[in-house]
Amino acid sequence: MSGFRLETGGRIDRGQPVTFSFDGKTYTGFAGDSLASALLANGVMLFGRSFKYHRPRGLVAAGSEEPNALISVDRGPGRFTPNLRATGVEIHDGLKAFSQNRWPSLAMDFGAINDRLGMFFPAGFYNKTFMWPRSFWDRVYEPAIRKMAGLGDAPTAEDPDVYASTYAHCDLLIIGAGPAGIDAALGAMDTNKRIVLIDEQDELGGGALADPALWPWLERSVKALANAANVTILTRTTAFGYYHDNFIGAVQRLTDQSPEITDSPREKLWRIRAGEVVLAQGAIERPLVFDGNDTPGVMLSSAAKVYANRYGVAVGKAPALMASHDSGWHDVFALAKAGISISAIIDVRDSVDSALMREADRMGIPVYLNHAVVGVRGRHGVSSIDICNSGDQRVHRVQADALLMAGGWTPSVHLWSHSKGSLKWRDDLGAYVPDVPNENVQCVGACAGDWDFGTGAVIDMLPTPKDQSRIKAFVDFQNDVTAKDIKLAVREGFRSIEHIKRYTTNGMATDQGKTSNLNGLQIASSALHKPVPEIGLTSFRPPYTPQTFGALAGHAKGALFQPTRTTNIDSWAQAHGAVFELVAQWRRARYFPKSGEDMHAAVNRECVAVRSSVGIFDASTLGKIEVVGPDAAEFLNRMYTNPWKALEPGRCRYGLLLKEDGFITDDGVSARLAPDRFHLTTTTGGAARVLNMMEDYLQTEWPDLDVWLTSTTEQYAVIALQGPNARKVLEPLVEGIDLSAEAFPHMAIREGRICGVETRLFRVSFTGELGFEINVPTAYGRAIWEQLMAQGAQYDITPYGTEAMHVLRAEKGFIIVGQDTDGTITPFDAGLDWAVGKKKPDFVGKRSMTRPDIVAPGRKQLVGLLTDDPNVVLEEGAQIVADPKQPIPMTMIGHVTSSYWSETLGRSIAMALVAGGHDMTGGTLYIPMPGKTHTAKVSGVVFYDSEGARLHV
Amino acid sequence: MILIHCPYCDEKRPEIEFANAGQAHIARPLDPSGQSDAEWETYLFIRANPRGRHHERWRHVHGCGRFFNAVRDTVTDKFETTYKAGEPRR
Ligand SMILES: [Zn+2]
Repeated sequence: MSGFRLETGGRIDRGQPVTFSFDGKTYTGFAGDSLASALLANGVMLFGRSFKYHRPRGLVAAGSEEPNALISVDRGPGRFTPNLRATGVEIHDGLKAFSQNRWPSLAMDFGAINDRLGMFFPAGFYNKTFMWPRSFWDRVYEPAIRKMAGLGDAPTAEDPDVYASTYAHCDLLIIGAGPAGIDAALGAMDTNKRIVLIDEQDELGGGALADPALWPWLERSVKALANAANVTILTRTTAFGYYHDNFIGAVQRLTDQSPEITDSPREKLWRIRAGEVVLAQGAIERPLVFDGNDTPGVMLSSAAKVYANRYGVAVGKAPALMASHDSGWHDVFALAKAGISISAIIDVRDSVDSALMREADRMGIPVYLNHAVVGVRGRHGVSSIDICNSGDQRVHRVQADALLMAGGWTPSVHLWSHSKGSLKWRDDLGAYVPDVPNENVQCVGACAGDWDFGTGAVIDMLPTPKDQSRIKAFVDFQNDVTAKDIKLAVREGFRSIEHIKRYTTNGMATDQGKTSNLNGLQIASSALHKPVPEIGLTSFRPPYTPQTFGALAGHAKGALFQPTRTTNIDSWAQAHGAVFELVAQWRRARYFPKSGEDMHAAVNRECVAVRSSVGIFDASTLGKIEVVGPDAAEFLNRMYTNPWKALEPGRCRYGLLLKEDGFITDDGVSARLAPDRFHLTTTTGGAARVLNMMEDYLQTEWPDLDVWLTSTTEQYAVIALQGPNARKVLEPLVEGIDLSAEAFPHMAIREGRICGVETRLFRVSFTGELGFEINVPTAYGRAIWEQLMAQGAQYDITPYGTEAMHVLRAEKGFIIVGQDTDGTITPFDAGLDWAVGKKKPDFVGKRSMTRPDIVAPGRKQLVGLLTDDPNVVLEEGAQIVADPKQPIPMTMIGHVTSSYWSETLGRSIAMALVAGGHDMTGGTLYIPMPGKTHTAKVSGVVFYDSEGARLHV
Repeated sequence: MILIHCPYCDEKRPEIEFANAGQAHIARPLDPSGQSDAEWETYLFIRANPRGRHHERWRHVHGCGRFFNAVRDTVTDKFETTYKAGEPRR
């Protein structure tokens, strides 16, 4: 044996040395090693510092249940991954791994002072101590606690890796490829089922990988499955969550095991829908609870067998076994066969199977029955152990450099629990096993409590003659919870395991208590003098092991976080330097700055151009719905507040849409094209919602109406041409439409051609100027826009964006639903009484117009605000008070909804919702802001051309 | 992710294709103007919140677009049945 590497054995490739580093020191391992096995082979026992007490910690396990050996891997800028379990990291040349939660170094950790002060850190310590003063929490307590108690550092650079994702469908999904999972796959292989077999490790086999006698079977089986066309094998893949209807989330690790960094995906998220699921997740060995059980070198006996048989590594040169279960005996017999000398077998039971005794005797291993370990000597590694005879209480010392724990087995019911399958308690196993499934799923093998590891005694903790209050017997290694903490929680009155768990944090670490939950339950059960099933069971929730945000996000980041909708004219805006904003997923040009202009200057120039000559605006994002059918007018009459039946074809109407509760939900101008055909428009953000609402009424309330609704938002590009020169720009390009004021009045629609392209031409205005909205098939949008720009050059035609559009409409007092209304505003509140058909017997929301709350005085109503200082532009959202001298907290009577600088008026304008606002015209209101309280006079909302003279030209 | 059976498509599809549309079998009164304030309040706002069987509406919004009714258990989140709008309560 050189170091701790055994001369022979294991599944590592001794012909392929691998060089890697841990905390800056270079080590060599072999291909096939985990970081844990490779470091162990080099004699490294110390892997980290514990969460709370900063106690030195080593490996407990060999698999994904490892609670202690959390490390970070640095693969370059942005590729820093904290909190990986060393047991699951495959080594490769150049791997850089680091220990965590230590300062200045792993061996010399300043925070270990917490361990000496351990008596001051009982369960609930943080809750009890850092309560007062409140202001200290953010500034003093939390930063200090975070520095001292913690996991790995969160990476700060952006993750440059790519993450893939896919959906998969199969008839049979098998999770876990140990002997039980492989048997399930082999059994179904010859059917025509599509089978997916998943395992978190880099090769199939699970527990069989630590059992050389099974390797020939394993090789045959893996080959058969790999050759079966209907079997998909996913290794390095963790099924992390089990969701409704056999929907399983899994992450496949693709590149972390490789030394090269490429641009191929690092991980792949699998979303698998399975007809039937077989869970073969195995079982996890339980540690034993005794003083010093967290000393580096104290680990699970099954893990020692994995290190020896799979990796060819001895966990010690003379390990001892502390068992309450037969399985530990079999493990150390396997170690002995691998050439490791066993210093002693200690078993808490007073008798065991005679075959075990005979085998130990044959191997010359000293056996101590009815004994328990009561102390572990050595701080960074085991030097010897003290064992105590449970009968005569005599203590004596056994030399050992590692101590193996065999405390029985806990079936891995995590995914079963995610699926809401019920569990039943088995006294003989001291564990919960699957009971009634909630999905089409079954558990097989050890995760069903079905194993051949022998039997054991179920105990809460090892007996000890020591003062229980002075020992540190750990239950949850990762969260530093001791048996004493759990007993303290019970003494303080906690009765349910859910409460005990939260108070002590037992099982709440990143390992979700894989090694600690059952021991915690047993200790609580003893302390409460109640059987385990009576104190409950904590629930498992996804993920089974921590997963990266990258895998869950996949491609949905940056520009791909959500879809961006662009109009046909967007490319022109981009080419002409537009500044964009997102409006309900649409990318819209906000303003078009000329060189040297800021937003303010650009918007002022754009507004003045519209008022003095002509502006052009991309309105393609307006929602559009085609309403067709003999009952179309009747339908709209029932939906909108205003009357529609008498609207003549060729005319438009402003439509106001309420919800049944009487509040404004949308508005827009709509046109009647024919007796049975309407072209509706909605707000940009409301298109889908309005269509859904209309479909709802049509399908479920009035299915007798013969009407069809079709979204046409994306079928038309819409160009608004606005300003006194709009007609002059348009006239030469249009065929078949008489644009004169007499033939084509305001609020009318005509069909014809523009530049040879068919158009629905609206004469409408959201600016208060003579205006047209030119609807053309989407693909022609940019071409027509460019023709209009060319034609308009002589009038200095000016493209304007959403910001100028907002200013122009506000000058005219046109509301934006969702900005000047908030879902509690009626037509009367908004000053839109004129849009409500008083004579209509019914429309959506009409009955609510007379609800007691709607007719009550004091409702918030839309008003205009003119600041006393015309240069002050109020902040949108600013709160309004009637009396600035009232004591704080003041009564806020409303807020500013829209506020702009109006270059046309040479002053600021604003709209606001104010309680009882309609009766306050001319009065003064106050807007307290940091540094100054502004004053403003209440006005009407139309600030410009209130008689509408500019429209009718 | 739950699978929901659309009674119009007659297929089980993932829940992301559907949108919940609130409690089922709440008909809009034929003559709202004849409703008392209390009756109208009940129609607008009063909804069941059962533990167990719940009748609710769903829309196959990213599919056929139809509204339909469903019985879902609010404890287990399992769908007992779905049926077309206009069919009697199950
Ligand atoms: Zn459907």
